Amino acid sequence: MSDHTPDSARLRTIVDKIWDEHLVATGTDGAPDVLGIDLHLVHEVTSPQAFDGLRARGLGVRRPGQTLATVDHSIPTTDRSQPIADEIAATQVSRLEQNCEEFGIPLHGIGSPHQGIVHVIGPELGLTQPGMTIVCGDSHTATHGAFGALAFGIGTTEVEHVLATQTLLQRRPRTFEVRVDGALHPGVTAKDIILSLLSRIGIGGGNGHVFEYGGSAIRALGMEGRMTICNMSIEGGARAGLVAPDETTFEYVRGRPHAPIGADWDAAIDRWRKLTTDEEAEHDRSISFDAGDLIPMVTYGTNPGMGFPITDRIPDPDALTDATQRDSLRAALTYMALTPGEPILGKRIDVVFIGSCTNSRISDLREAARMLRGRHVADGVRVMVVPGSTEVKRQAEEEGLASVFREAGAEWREAGCSMCIAMNGDQLSPGQYSVSTSNRNFEGRQGKGGRTFLASPLTAVASAVTGKLSDPRALL
Amino acid sequence: MNEPFSSVTSAVVPMPRNDIDTDQVIPARFLKTVNREGLGDQLFFDWRYLPDGSPNPDFVLNRPEMAGRQILLAGDNFGCGSSREHAPWALTAWGIRAVISSSFADIFRANALKNGLLPVAVPPEELGRIGSILEATPEAELKVDLEASELRLPDGSVIPFTIDSFARRMILDGTDELGYLLAHESDLAAYEAAHPPRISTLA
Repeated sequence: MSDHTPDSARLRTIVDKIWDEHLVATGTDGAPDVLGIDLHLVHEVTSPQAFDGLRARGLGVRRPGQTLATVDHSIPTTDRSQPIADEIAATQVSRLEQNCEEFGIPLHGIGSPHQGIVHVIGPELGLTQPGMTIVCGDSHTATHGAFGALAFGIGTTEVEHVLATQTLLQRRPRTFEVRVDGALHPGVTAKDIILSLLSRIGIGGGNGHVFEYGGSAIRALGMEGRMTICNMSIEGGARAGLVAPDETTFEYVRGRPHAPIGADWDAAIDRWRKLTTDEEAEHDRSISFDAGDLIPMVTYGTNPGMGFPITDRIPDPDALTDATQRDSLRAALTYMALTPGEPILGKRIDVVFIGSCTNSRISDLREAARMLRGRHVADGVRVMVVPGSTEVKRQAEEEGLASVFREAGAEWREAGCSMCIAMNGDQLSPGQYSVSTSNRNFEGRQGKGGRTFLASPLTAVASAVTGKLSDPRALL
Repeated sequence: MNEPFSSVTSAVVPMPRNDIDTDQVIPARFLKTVNREGLGDQLFFDWRYLPDGSPNPDFVLNRPEMAGRQILLAGDNFGCGSSREHAPWALTAWGIRAVISSSFADIFRANALKNGLLPVAVPPEELGRIGSILEATPEAELKVDLEASELRLPDGSVIPFTIDSFARRMILDGTDELGYLLAHESDLAAYEAAHPPRISTLA
């Protein structure tokens, strides 16, 4: 179909191709485009006010079959046979259940074998497919871009728009090519690639853009590594980040519950193969670096762009010339109780969190368990392992990973967002340090007064074992 | 549906810090609410209150003269992080109608505009100039004029700013985007006929 549009003559990025395919109406008189949405993921935290809005206008959900709900943010990750103790969270969860019932939206609630973090279950169920537009009231929706989908987070008003119309008013974003060639060294992971990108461009470096990740190092990653990278696009300011689909993508989707089958599969593959950026098409911005130059990364500050190679020393605010930048770094180091010039390696830690939509999939848990096998968590360190979905949990138990974690002295918990966002009681105490595989180290993100070092699952395990922030390469 | 809005004149709440994220604007534990009202008390909660629950005397919002101010002046990249619309809900509930910065995170900007909260982006050097003026005269009032798309400083000088033209019209008129989208019914139907869904979550 797109072959017959006037656009076919010009060079297009993958974002242009997906955009053109989903144009419901081209904006006129200064209005944005109306963009069709293929998949809308819904959770308990950002949806109740949107459903209220529908009721106030007497509207229904236009496309319940392109909508899927689950509970992840505010639910406990402890024993699920008990009712939710937090009354406010319990109300929010039951409100989602009522809303899904009233509006005919399928829900994977507590007890469903498919319950889990929205950005884990979409791909797991085969609902996330190349070329789609995918939205959710959650900024980490960028995760789904790993499949060559245009996926981005929206606010609650926009959740209401999608529920009511299955469309959004949007302006075509600029694109930002992120090219990573070369090969990762052992002990260096997808998480280190994205933390390195963020340290290069800063937390606002991608504002107004969509990242397109490419290069041999990205191609060499499995889908779950690509999801880790796309997930944190938003930490660089890009609402979306994507990787053009390839054989790795197709193999991952093939055979999943909602994947196309038979002739539909063949047609889908033909369509998906065209989802590449035209060779001569230009991105608005670009950056490139070599994966072979990377070592494990860690954050030292209070946003994900404040990271560096794990062997570096804490930077000195006085070396900055801009006053606001200097004050911002000084405030971050005060919050983190870190001193300019001190090494970060060897910093004593209290908690290790392995989980979140960034790093809670089966391959993350396999890597973590491989390093932890035969070792034990250091005295005085609490280690929480929180699988991204009930299905990941089942699989990890079947593969014996759960017993590796338990025998090493880690907590093996139920699926959810848990201490990534600390809404459900899983949280740091004031002053505690965590090494976390999640995506945000903002002040108080993991609990008021808590201090977060973001890192890969391998760095998290190495630190769990030693009780100090540690370089995983020493434990390979 | 918001009230039509064209300008605000007010003294300013200065918060000269870069990268103020939405977890600071309203911490996640307050997102368990099922309502959008009443979030003003939670605005900047963890900066605003000490661990014992008492107001932090060093935090700008707790200075008595800040009460009633409607313009917030922040450092670069305001509103980064989470997509929570609770951030503009909390800001507007406290009384803020415009945030001035040198840039805004995309999702925050979109959420703010849908709630009649103006994200006013000015060049970094102008942001610095406004900061200096307010340091010298902290009580001075600024005028954020959406109709004219300009920011009027106490010295009479004017800084033009750009708000997405469509969102600007919506805010000036007090209309909302959902009505606009719903009016596209024939486009929606034509699109859906040409694009049968490739998945069904109901299957």
